[in-house]
Amino acid sequence: MTEQRPVILEIEGLTHYFDSLKAVSNFSITLREGELVGLIGPNGAGKTTVFNLITGVYRPTAGSIRFRGIELVGLPSHEIIRLGIARTFQNIRLFANLTVLDNIRIAHHYLVNYGLFDSFFRTPKFEKEEKEITELAQELLEIFGLADRQNDIAGSLPYGMQRKLEIARALATNPQLLLLDEPAAGMNPKEIDQLMELIHFIRDRFNLTILLVEHRMRLIMNICEWITVMDFGEVIARGKPEEVRNNPKVIEAYLGRLAIR
Amino acid sequence: MRQLLRNTTLMFFLGAALVFILVQVLINKGVINAYWQTILFWGAAMTMVSLGLNLIYGFNGQFSLGQYGFYALGAYTSADITWRWVRGDPSALVVVIGGTILALLFMWGVANFLKRFYGVSVLTEFVFHSLATVIGFAIALKVLRPYLGPTIYSLIQSLPEPVSRQIVFFLALLGGAAVAGIVSFLFGIPVLTLGSDYFGIATLGFTIIVKVLADNSDTILPFPEMKGARGMVGIPKWTTWPWVFITLMFVILFMRNLLHSSVGRAIVSVREDERAASLMGIDVARTKILAFVIGSVFAGIAGGIRAHDLAFVHPTMFGFLPSFNPLIIVVFGGLGSMTGTIVTSFFWVFLLEGVLRLVLPTGFENWRYVVYPLVLLLLMLLRPQGLFGRYEIPFLRQTYPPVRKPAEVRG
Repeated sequence: MTEQRPVILEIEGLTHYFDSLKAVSNFSITLREGELVGLIGPNGAGKTTVFNLITGVYRPTAGSIRFRGIELVGLPSHEIIRLGIARTFQNIRLFANLTVLDNIRIAHHYLVNYGLFDSFFRTPKFEKEEKEITELAQELLEIFGLADRQNDIAGSLPYGMQRKLEIARALATNPQLLLLDEPAAGMNPKEIDQLMELIHFIRDRFNLTILLVEHRMRLIMNICEWITVMDFGEVIARGKPEEVRNNPKVIEAYLGRLAIR
Repeated sequence: MRQLLRNTTLMFFLGAALVFILVQVLINKGVINAYWQTILFWGAAMTMVSLGLNLIYGFNGQFSLGQYGFYALGAYTSADITWRWVRGDPSALVVVIGGTILALLFMWGVANFLKRFYGVSVLTEFVFHSLATVIGFAIALKVLRPYLGPTIYSLIQSLPEPVSRQIVFFLALLGGAAVAGIVSFLFGIPVLTLGSDYFGIATLGFTIIVKVLADNSDTILPFPEMKGARGMVGIPKWTTWPWVFITLMFVILFMRNLLHSSVGRAIVSVREDERAASLMGIDVARTKILAFVIGSVFAGIAGGIRAHDLAFVHPTMFGFLPSFNPLIIVVFGGLGSMTGTIVTSFFWVFLLEGVLRLVLPTGFENWRYVVYPLVLLLLMLLRPQGLFGRYEIPFLRQTYPPVRKPAEVRG
């Protein structure tokens, strides 16, 4: 059934070198609308580099990345984000000295049409747009249960809430495709269960396609529909969770050659 | 009544009006003599320069040592406009104002043209914008000056003297601000792509270049009236308390309203985490240039105010050592605190130029450069976040919307 859905992201032959180190080699993946896809692999396999290439942090050495048919290679990050891709970070990167509300409102910046003139004279246009942005941000915080913390400094929130806030901030850019980089890092099993619920919930609520980088097999195997496995910058396996789980190449990559025998 | 007292905007404007009237009365009565008036105006100019730097460094996180370069540009440009004007020559006014308008028009065209291409390199952008500027000013020099100059001169001169003087002074301040803004824009395009420390060194280079050009303004540059290293004399003394007050209020209000808007939040987000900001859809390069240009425009206005108060401009005023003043003030008052910068700027000028010169015996002013490094050292050891940290008076403080109650959501 999923085969009929339109393709949202198509990566072909993606290759990236850091000097002479090959970080990603001939990587390809196709995401269809509404899918929840996992990208796994041992440490240093190149998963986060793939995210950085998609979001324009690095420019790939070769290959193409198409989002709804638009070539992303060469576009600056902020334009890629405005096309409808959002991401979170492996190690949380909130605007730690700003309030929770401002973290969200910064991501709403794309909605703003008023200029310096309007902000200097506080024109009705300014007041109206500021009010709209604030209300949108507050609604989003309510969905994530952070509404009562809106005026707290983001860096002072407990770890789990910071993770949530980061996802909320990514959603504030109004994405169609969400890239989650190790959202379960540093979480205990109970928190991971809550996170899985949250991911399912936001996918349905915001009509998202989600690409997930993760280490925790439990999370990946439970929620992903498709999994792509990377090792040394290359794709070594892809398929449904149960297929991947029994693939000897994957077991080798994770546990070493001897484990297969 | 209580409601009124809580209205911070009203209280701020009332307080400002009171200060304005009080100072004006004291000047008229002669309580504030010429010396203290100079100190006061200097304090205001220093506030504008330092607020500009606080926007660039404190709020946008770009470590800049170029603030005095733009201060010098503003001072020399506006001084040249009025110097020539009072000697019957409108050329500087026409070239600067006309050139600015044309250059901005061309740059707007260039920006729209470059928008069509993806991945335009910063050097290409720099070259195109520079060309637009040069062409704009060249047209102003070759076409506007000979054809429009005399007309504009007789037009403004036909007004009564006090009015024409205020108009010319306003245009001179505007011209100084515009030149500082345009130069900072052109300089910022390539240089703001550098990381923070490298940017600091590049801007230091900029200040030195401006100082050297000012030293040789009568030989390398075609401005004999600036008299190079001997200093420019004969600038009309047009700065009055209302002008100082209006420009200072404009700078404070502009910066406050900018910071409390979406653009201001974008500026601060770049300081917090550049990569996260760009991945939240914020055009980091543009935001940096915007903050840099606005900060430099503030310095340009301040330069005009200072030059027309002293009636004298000298290259050493903008030398290497004084160029650290705004940086010290901003750090002293607290990075990211407007209140801290405003208070510290006045305090700085009053203490070092006023109190130390008058109260202590003659010769003691040479100890300034011993006193203030010591004060700075002590401050860094005892209160590294600056005197005010991030404290703001209520009017300048950002207000946060109240938390909505869940019932309102469903309703």
